[in-house]
Amino acid sequence: MTSAFDEMTGDGSGGVRDSYRALASWLELAPPDLLQARSRQAELFFRRMGVTFAVYGDAESSERLIPFDVVPRIIDMEEWAHLERGLSQRVTAINAFLRDIYGPQECLRAGVVPAELILTNPQYRPEMQGHRPPGDVWCHIAGIDLVRTGEDGFYVLEDNVRTPSGVSYMLENREMMMRLFPDLFAEHRVRPVDGYIDSLLTSLQDTAPERAGDDPTIVVLTPGPFNSAYYEHSFLADKLGVELVEGGDLFVDDDTVFMRTTEGPKRVDVIYRRIDDDYLDPLTFRPDSTVGVPGLMAAYHAGRVTLANAVGTGVADDKAVYTYMPEIIRFFTGEDALLKNVPTWRCREPEALKTVLERLDELVVKEVSGSGGYGMLVGPAATKAEIADFRARLTANPNDFVAQPTLGLSTAPTLDGGELCSRHVDLRPFVLTGPAESRVTPGGLTRVALKPGSLVVNSSQGGGTKDTWVLDV
Amino acid sequence: MLSRTAANLYWTGRYMERADFLARILEAAIRLAALPAKDDPAVTAWASAVASSGVKAAFDSTGRTPSEKSVREFLAFGADNSTSIKACITRARANARSVRTALTIELWEAINGAWNGLNEIGEPTRRADFINFLDFVKSTSLAVEGATSRTMLRNDAYWFLRLGMAIERADNTARLLDVKYHLLLPPGERVGGQLDYFQWTTLLREVSALTAYRWVYRESVRPWLVADLMVLNRQMPRSLASCQGMIVSYLERLATDYGRRGPAQRLASARLARFEEARIEDIFQSGLHEYIQAFLSENHALGAAIHDQYLI
Repeated sequence: MTSAFDEMTGDGSGGVRDSYRALASWLELAPPDLLQARSRQAELFFRRMGVTFAVYGDAESSERLIPFDVVPRIIDMEEWAHLERGLSQRVTAINAFLRDIYGPQECLRAGVVPAELILTNPQYRPEMQGHRPPGDVWCHIAGIDLVRTGEDGFYVLEDNVRTPSGVSYMLENREMMMRLFPDLFAEHRVRPVDGYIDSLLTSLQDTAPERAGDDPTIVVLTPGPFNSAYYEHSFLADKLGVELVEGGDLFVDDDTVFMRTTEGPKRVDVIYRRIDDDYLDPLTFRPDSTVGVPGLMAAYHAGRVTLANAVGTGVADDKAVYTYMPEIIRFFTGEDALLKNVPTWRCREPEALKTVLERLDELVVKEVSGSGGYGMLVGPAATKAEIADFRARLTANPNDFVAQPTLGLSTAPTLDGGELCSRHVDLRPFVLTGPAESRVTPGGLTRVALKPGSLVVNSSQGGGTKDTWVLDV
Repeated sequence: MLSRTAANLYWTGRYMERADFLARILEAAIRLAALPAKDDPAVTAWASAVASSGVKAAFDSTGRTPSEKSVREFLAFGADNSTSIKACITRARANARSVRTALTIELWEAINGAWNGLNEIGEPTRRADFINFLDFVKSTSLAVEGATSRTMLRNDAYWFLRLGMAIERADNTARLLDVKYHLLLPPGERVGGQLDYFQWTTLLREVSALTAYRWVYRESVRPWLVADLMVLNRQMPRSLASCQGMIVSYLERLATDYGRRGPAQRLASARLARFEEARIEDIFQSGLHEYIQAFLSENHALGAAIHDQYLI
């Protein structure tokens, strides 16, 4: 692998890139201990505030901080304009795709995506066939994972259109940076991210059922304090100024959803749910779900309540469907995709499988239904035994896997033990959709692999985060 | 407000109050155990600490016998004690965490700080370290109370927090009085003797009321006056009458905010009215122990009424 593109110094031939010039000279002049001192301050503050996430299967410390790196990641205006157009195009297409899949299914008839890939997909919800959610919005909230390999080389690594998380870190990281480095903000024109909350509220209000009137009652539905993203759920409810409810707080009567309050039952119109489809309603999906609301789907089908995101959106972010995204975008928007996909082998196709098996030691192999960096093989970093194990699994169930070349993820300057080092990063911007349009918040969550050379940025696997600055000049 | 939110707030109030109470009980036990007496005062002191915490049955069922080590461990940290100091703070924090949005940042930081501190301090075994730990617990309840009173809006979230605290405090004061009156004096010690005297002053000290007693009564410590201070005196913030007054006023605020009175309000006001007429002589006449037992069961009934009316 050749040396990666660096966000600050590019390919290394032309010195510091323009967007990083002010930061680079500031870093040069900063007293040696300053960054570490600020870093400790940030950690202390996050711990005091309880900005934590839970790691499953980790009994010793059920609550951890996501490591926060104080060196911001910077995106210039032009780069952002490109990303913004590409992201909004992509999410618009995803919404149109879902509308079509659960409606006339024209894209299946036209052969854009193989019908059996959709109709036998565990994320496809036959219950939703013919359903039309309020405002015809399916994916209200999307988080699209991008990676960069060169000056113009942005790729979409993954679409997250079920219950994407991380937005609280985007907002909290900015708060933290403004507190720690006010002088840096004076030297940069950084576009604010706090419009996200207003925009989210608008999307949720605008997609309320008609009978809710002008002031719909919105709630955030969480599986509870033991969920890994619980902090984010409470953070969002707080910022939105709405109740944070658990399944047990809601009940359905006469196809209407109510919450139990100290003043008796109160009608609920819009549910921003952070519970997977499978657990939403034990009467429709998994009967053993204890975090859902019995009867919720009946109310949903009766058009009495909005679920954000809609049920069944998972069929659009499946790693196998991902490979068809360029065709999906072309079919629904009539345009070529502005953001490229990472070239991907569909192991379900025999030719591709053969190639993948031959090159396992250099590829990244992912489970179609996996997430969070689990169930994945990074060929160049894997042991012989791991590769052999994956070879067996792959041969047994090729349909469950896709493979991609190991990308030279870009690096960004990151603090490690008081020194600035290069660490690989990705970027998850957030896209909100209402009945009229999709909007992208300028910025996103930059995740950073803290171990030297590591490409795994997931927080569940020890990755950290950075504030992401989109410049307005 | 969500009923679950109200319940979480109410129980956050109760658990924080209880943690404070347990710290005071343990502090008093350490003091009492150091007294010279005919029998082994230490055993009595630690046994009574268990009894006044209301966990005697739970303690006995673990097969422990009362000693400084066993009682300190059980009341402060016991993994098998669902209402130890550690369990109370952990639960208060878990409750608070699940209603983060109903709390101010200051209050959340105070509660979360108590929990962080608990984990940092660990489980000290040396007596001096243990006393520091108890000081820490008492300071966190002051921080929580201060943050509550200085930063929370006076809305239902506040009233439920306060209500939980007042119900728990009434319960704790009653248990404290009862145990001192009945259990503490070892056989062979004279009522009114030196040990008896010291025990009553320790009781007052436990609730930070020794100086208050002197201001109010201006005489040496006497059991019926201590009882008067702890049961009927409305100037004393921990007295049963004060707690009852607080309970009534919080419930009335809730009724006003919600525009509806219910069984909890009626029960609480009726009981307060009885306090206004009560005299300590009459209470002693018919037995302080019986009076306190009746109070505890009424307090329990009131808790149940609050639960049925608001928390489910």
